[in-house]
Amino acid sequence: MKHQTAVLDSKLAVETGRFGFVKRLNSGFVSLFQRHKTFDHGIYPVEHKELTAHKPIRRLPFADELVIPLQQHKGRPAVPIVKVGQEVVRGEPIAVADHFVSVPMHAPATGVIRAIGLAPTAEGPKTQAIYLKVYHAASQEVLYGEHREPETMSGKDIIQAVQDAGLVGLGGGAFPSHVKMHPPAGRVIHTLVVNGCECEPYLTCDHRIMLEQTDALLRGIKIALRATRAERAIIGVEDNKLDAIAHLRARIPKDLPITAEAVRTKYPQGAEKMLIKALLDLEVPTGGLTADVGVAVFNVGTLAQMGDLLPNTQGLIERVVTVSGPAVANPGNFMVPIGTPVRFLLNQVGLNGPVGQVILGGPMMGMAVSSLDVPVTKSVSGVVALQPEAPDVVRRQVYPCIKCGECLNACPISLNPSMLGELAVAREYGTMTEEYHLDQCFECGCCSYVCPSNIPLTQYFRIAKSINRDAKKHHEQKQH
Amino acid sequence: MDKGIEIRTSPHLKRVVSVEKIMRTVVLALLPICAFAVYQFGLSALLLLATTTGVAIWTEWFFSRLSGKGNTVSDWSVVITGLLLGLTLPPGFPLWMAAVAAFVGVALGKALFGGLGYNVMNPALVGRAFVQAAFPVAITTWTPAFAPGRFAELIPSTLTLPFMQPIPVDTWVAGLQLDGWSGATPLAIQKFQHIEPPLTDAFTGMIAGSAGETSALLILICGLWLAWQRMLDWRIPVSVLAGAALTALPFWLADASHYPSPWFVLSSGGLMLAAWFMASDMVASPVTARGVVIYGLFIGSLTVIIRLFGGLVEGVMYAILIGNAVGPLISSWTQPRVYGTSSRKSQG
Repeated sequence: MKHQTAVLDSKLAVETGRFGFVKRLNSGFVSLFQRHKTFDHGIYPVEHKELTAHKPIRRLPFADELVIPLQQHKGRPAVPIVKVGQEVVRGEPIAVADHFVSVPMHAPATGVIRAIGLAPTAEGPKTQAIYLKVYHAASQEVLYGEHREPETMSGKDIIQAVQDAGLVGLGGGAFPSHVKMHPPAGRVIHTLVVNGCECEPYLTCDHRIMLEQTDALLRGIKIALRATRAERAIIGVEDNKLDAIAHLRARIPKDLPITAEAVRTKYPQGAEKMLIKALLDLEVPTGGLTADVGVAVFNVGTLAQMGDLLPNTQGLIERVVTVSGPAVANPGNFMVPIGTPVRFLLNQVGLNGPVGQVILGGPMMGMAVSSLDVPVTKSVSGVVALQPEAPDVVRRQVYPCIKCGECLNACPISLNPSMLGELAVAREYGTMTEEYHLDQCFECGCCSYVCPSNIPLTQYFRIAKSINRDAKKHHEQKQH
Repeated sequence: MDKGIEIRTSPHLKRVVSVEKIMRTVVLALLPICAFAVYQFGLSALLLLATTTGVAIWTEWFFSRLSGKGNTVSDWSVVITGLLLGLTLPPGFPLWMAAVAAFVGVALGKALFGGLGYNVMNPALVGRAFVQAAFPVAITTWTPAFAPGRFAELIPSTLTLPFMQPIPVDTWVAGLQLDGWSGATPLAIQKFQHIEPPLTDAFTGMIAGSAGETSALLILICGLWLAWQRMLDWRIPVSVLAGAALTALPFWLADASHYPSPWFVLSSGGLMLAAWFMASDMVASPVTARGVVIYGLFIGSLTVIIRLFGGLVEGVMYAILIGNAVGPLISSWTQPRVYGTSSRKSQG
């Protein structure tokens, strides 16, 4: 531990200017000779970010009806506090948190509650949702909330305020943000890592947020620093967004312990574990939390919303979504009310031909929807529409594993996907976890991406993990 | 709009490289070597390559039918086996023996284990090892390169009838009236007479030897191209060659009149072809990054040890087969440390 602190100190020294020339070199030379920090292995999929990276965030009209699932986050679903037929104002709470690990919902538009019932989700099973019919004639001004100064609030109050705002990880994790700010007893957060990597192909919403909502983002970082009592914040940004890094560096007030650092553009650089490894050279232990190494990770979108919502005591009602992909005619970045059906979004941007898969999130880890009635929820960073027969998406013949070792060179956590794949086929699910650390796999998809035999490794691992989870649950029930 | 929507699981993107493409690219890289073999040894080499490849394909097709797996010839891996086998045989090798080698290689070396991906050893080398044991004379009978009339007539032994002793080539070779022909490969000359033939000849392939192993330069170029195409793990050939050179070096330094120089070791015999195209066989080599280096060094040094101290003139075939056998063990020793854990898991 002492050693780790020493390492951190020396890194801090570089950042804060004891070696000022290093810093100047960093911003002067653009990565021709210089290799930015990164993690081991990983892949370099085609980014396709040029489709939307230059497009400012725009608003779209409201859909006729919004569908707000009660569970858009990890934890317990929210409990509705409105009745069918009740009129609500944009920003008004419509469901409350059920537990510490849960968040409330707010009305994304002024309108009337049409129904509370089942709605399709990207995950598959239908879940309870509030159907809100939008009053198109209404001004849609957020009339809720009052001004306050988060700078003077106590850490505990801020954490409560973050929960009241309904904030979850907007990068895709959807883990309630206030829970992350409240580390388990005995854990101290020393560093706040702000995730601006956006390593998924096509997605550019975080890029635009860093450029356009810089003040809100910095406000959010300050609030999070105060709540977590972290000593410093590091904004990690992939080096394909050097403009965002330069922009942030110019705006960060000198008196704050906030730095912006470039990391190498490589998938999955934006995964928490990988970003912590790249920036701090720390590894989250198996089954542990980032708090175990003294780190809390927040997405730039989450903190920008935090910086906007908390000073006004408002709730999360909209988010930035990248709508892109080869099947989309006019891709762009849009401020989308939570609950907007995917169909409405695709109608707005137009399609140029047939659509293969429509993915919520990025194409590496996102979910393909089974119905276009699925709404945009808090964690949906992108809607990506792919063409049906594109060479990089088409389903190809599966060959036996030829032991080429590509998957071992791709796996960011150094698993042996080749061996794990064979164990999965042999249904040795227990061995996969006990001897080959399957529990560390976070399903980034690198192994499936590189496999020349087209073996659906990630899918195998997803199934194996769920079977192991069930078996464990079963085992625990038996013991009680 | 909903109609064409497909539900699949992530990742939704895929690198556009498949087994079939890798195998086809390897075949492409082997073609110049085959062409040079034909240019050098004439019709006999052409028939030899056609026989091994044809029989290998037929065997693969036959066993894939038998196992009801559907036709597995289309993955092209068996074409590589056939070509490689042909390239490692002497140009005048009787065709019926070549057919036996191809059949045994694919049947015992591959199909028996369950086909592509399941074989423990390189099928081409299994086939060659079989005929090396079964027909020790035929496999060490060399004929001169660039024989006049090589495109008009066959080497007499090529057309030996099945289950017959190979037709002797001595009188035929004598009839060619070549100066300085000793009937031995540079490797044999070095081993038994301790004379190192000129390096440039061995490097460019102006010598006697197996059909496709003579020109180290051409093999090097083809191998480098394949590595540049990222269809081959360059660490394997590089470490095989390094292992061979480093093992040969101390002996040569100690007694240059008796032991071959590292340069001679690298450019002679089947080492170059084996390093680039056989040791690098993905299926039979270890999967870990550190593992392939250990595997390569092991094969390289074992080759030289067999050459210097074994009864055989060339040892690379057995070195690779032994390397294949210990490959899984090397894999399991060299598993990388998993993120967030302190253990180096030893199962491979």
